[in-house]
Amino acid sequence: MSNNRRAVLSFSVMGLMLVIVGFGQSWNVALAILNLCLISAVMSMGLNMQWGYAGLFNAGVMASTAIGGLTAMLISYAPVSRAWSVGGTNVFATLLSLLLTVAAAMLVWKKMAKGKKRSWSMSAVIMTGYLFMRFFYEQATSAIEAVDPAKTGFLGGLGLPIIVSWLAGGLAAAALAWLIGRIALGLRSDYFAIATLGISEIMISILKNEDWLSRGVKNVTGLSRPVPYEVDLQQSEWFSKLVQWIYGSAEDGSALSADMMREAMQLSAGVFVKLCYTVLFLAVVLIILGFATRALNSPWGRMMRAIRDNETAAAAMGKDVTSRHRQVFIIGSAVIGISGAMLTTLDGQFTPGSYIPLRFTFLIWVMVIIGGSGNNLGAIIGAFITWFVWIEAEPSALWLVSQINVFLEESNPLRQHLQEVAPHMRMVLMGLILVLVLRFKPKGILPEEAPDHY
Amino acid sequence: MLEYSTELLNALVLITNYVLIPAISYGSQLALGAVGVTLVFGILRFANFAHGEMMAFGCMATIFITWWFQSLGISGGVFPTALLALPFAILVTALLAVAIDRSIFSFYRIHKSRPVTFVVASVGVMFMLNGLVRILIGTDEIIFRDGHKFLIKAGAFKKMTGLSEGLALKQTQVLTFVLAVIAVLALFWFLQRTRTGKAMRAFSDNEDLALLSGINPERVVLVTWIIAASLATLAGVLYGLDKSFKPMVYFHLLLPIFAAAIVGGIGQPLGAIIGGYVVAFSEITATYAFKKFLKYLAPADLAPEGLTQFLTAEYKFAVSFLILVLVLLIRPTGILRGRVL
Repeated sequence: MSNNRRAVLSFSVMGLMLVIVGFGQSWNVALAILNLCLISAVMSMGLNMQWGYAGLFNAGVMASTAIGGLTAMLISYAPVSRAWSVGGTNVFATLLSLLLTVAAAMLVWKKMAKGKKRSWSMSAVIMTGYLFMRFFYEQATSAIEAVDPAKTGFLGGLGLPIIVSWLAGGLAAAALAWLIGRIALGLRSDYFAIATLGISEIMISILKNEDWLSRGVKNVTGLSRPVPYEVDLQQSEWFSKLVQWIYGSAEDGSALSADMMREAMQLSAGVFVKLCYTVLFLAVVLIILGFATRALNSPWGRMMRAIRDNETAAAAMGKDVTSRHRQVFIIGSAVIGISGAMLTTLDGQFTPGSYIPLRFTFLIWVMVIIGGSGNNLGAIIGAFITWFVWIEAEPSALWLVSQINVFLEESNPLRQHLQEVAPHMRMVLMGLILVLVLRFKPKGILPEEAPDHY
Repeated sequence: MLEYSTELLNALVLITNYVLIPAISYGSQLALGAVGVTLVFGILRFANFAHGEMMAFGCMATIFITWWFQSLGISGGVFPTALLALPFAILVTALLAVAIDRSIFSFYRIHKSRPVTFVVASVGVMFMLNGLVRILIGTDEIIFRDGHKFLIKAGAFKKMTGLSEGLALKQTQVLTFVLAVIAVLALFWFLQRTRTGKAMRAFSDNEDLALLSGINPERVVLVTWIIAASLATLAGVLYGLDKSFKPMVYFHLLLPIFAAAIVGGIGQPLGAIIGGYVVAFSEITATYAFKKFLKYLAPADLAPEGLTQFLTAEYKFAVSFLILVLVLLIRPTGILRGRVL
């Protein structure tokens, strides 16, 4: 079967599954799954650039997602002016001392001759800088975190429309990726994986503990939305007309009773909001897919594959392997950062505690591997399938448990235990799918295809 | 003068109680984990991301067997019953590790896949073990320690010595250290003196040469997995006894364990042990508040105002990672010249 037909077939099957969920469970559930599938698709396209195009084992996908989420929060949340007035000066003083320390350290590194003297001067500069930073930092944070801690206790953001943050999140993730790349690129794949995993863990612990920046585990809720609110919709004139028209035409024009109308309004408002998100997310997916496809088929993409397949040969042909790796790492991370901002937008809240590597790093890996590394459409279908299984595994496992529980007595402790642990079935299932695909179909559902001009 | 020496003693006891003892027991746990990672790396040549979950599985098996023993009325007396259960749990975990190798990793070995394929497969194994442990035992925190808790109690120590600082020594801390030393000595005896151990070292050193001299690679791999699983179980149980068993903790132990293995020089068991202690000591020292310690040593008017803590306790992971980065930048082979990756 050719790749094109395979793609059409797999996307049709996926669409059919979502329609089945829509009729079987509810359209709200189906659309919620679809929206997260689209966000996951952006994530897996980003990782696919790093792994599929260039062969970089990035185990720090979560870092990009989280910084995207942080940006979404910082862009959209209104600034907390009291916090700025009590702690702003010290925040700037901290930043200034950080910059001065870095500048001084770089100066010492460049100007002094290599040797013991330089090492000691470096340490002295860094220690002094650290003491200054600590001094300003402690004053700043204690002042900021004391400002109405139950509601704010942080600096707040810029108060811009949240949709701006999708771009800003990408840029922030790119900047972070540049920094990570400075440290970790050039290491062999295993080391690179461990290093990126470590950086992403540190990133999350910073978000959890720096309350002045992100409110930490107290979370930031109530972020603004790029789409209308359900409550507003239910009260608006045009929307109720729309609902009446849809239901009216479906049920032979007979008028709906008040109760039924309210229920229909609630349901349709939820569906409508989710559809708005779907349109926005789909646009992002298509734009990135367009760029990614062009890039992959361009000379640049050919060069990337050449580096991936044989670094030594590519270096011998005059390609700068490390700087190309850095480039593709930054681009991929930026795409993942965009998806992180999209996710926070959809959630309407920023919860640092929810970032765990299994969900935000390794699940994305499963998506790319089973979809087909190196194939953009593959990354998308992989994201769809993986997210669908991830969500639907829980009700399926619960159903299975209820079937087993028929044979168990009410008082059996096993019964309760099974009910509690059923959701973890999805972990086993994910691992199993990954291992099976890797073993029997290592190129994934939609394998990478060599362009015609090869 | 006498007064100052008491102060000095107090400071020493304080640092022993809060830094030295915890770091030694935590370091031993990390070292045992890191030796397993480094052995798998030396022989199979990939970083096993599932090692943390293997520790969790081993600890879970121990807990189940402990419960079974307790229900039969068997107990370890003054020692934790888990120690009696440990050999059986090691057996179970080793069987699991070998089964995973046969069903998953051996295929890629035969096909001579790239190391990164092994790593991806180990991510799959990590997922499966992660789910399996939670399905079998749930996600709650479990304390399975029994027997004597303290060898030295803080209050009793104060009374005995007349110092104002107490020193507490938990039985599990001593057990951790003693068992780790025994396990490591046994491992080194095995690697240096037995035929299979020598074969393993030869295989790790130069695979082709080892094959040429008639070493059976499958046997070497089998023994490696058995040892790695045993050490993982031991490390997991000791960590669980010392603190408590929480399935999610073991994934987070992966990072300091990797750091320990790399810092010591990957593929070098002795290096992994040194690395374990280096990481543990740095983590605990960097997150310990030295305020009280300095107060004992410095004259009263010079005592520091703040906590004099380099990092807050939440940034423990950051410390192991910083050490990792420093080692990678300054001495990529690790403390004992391991492989350059």
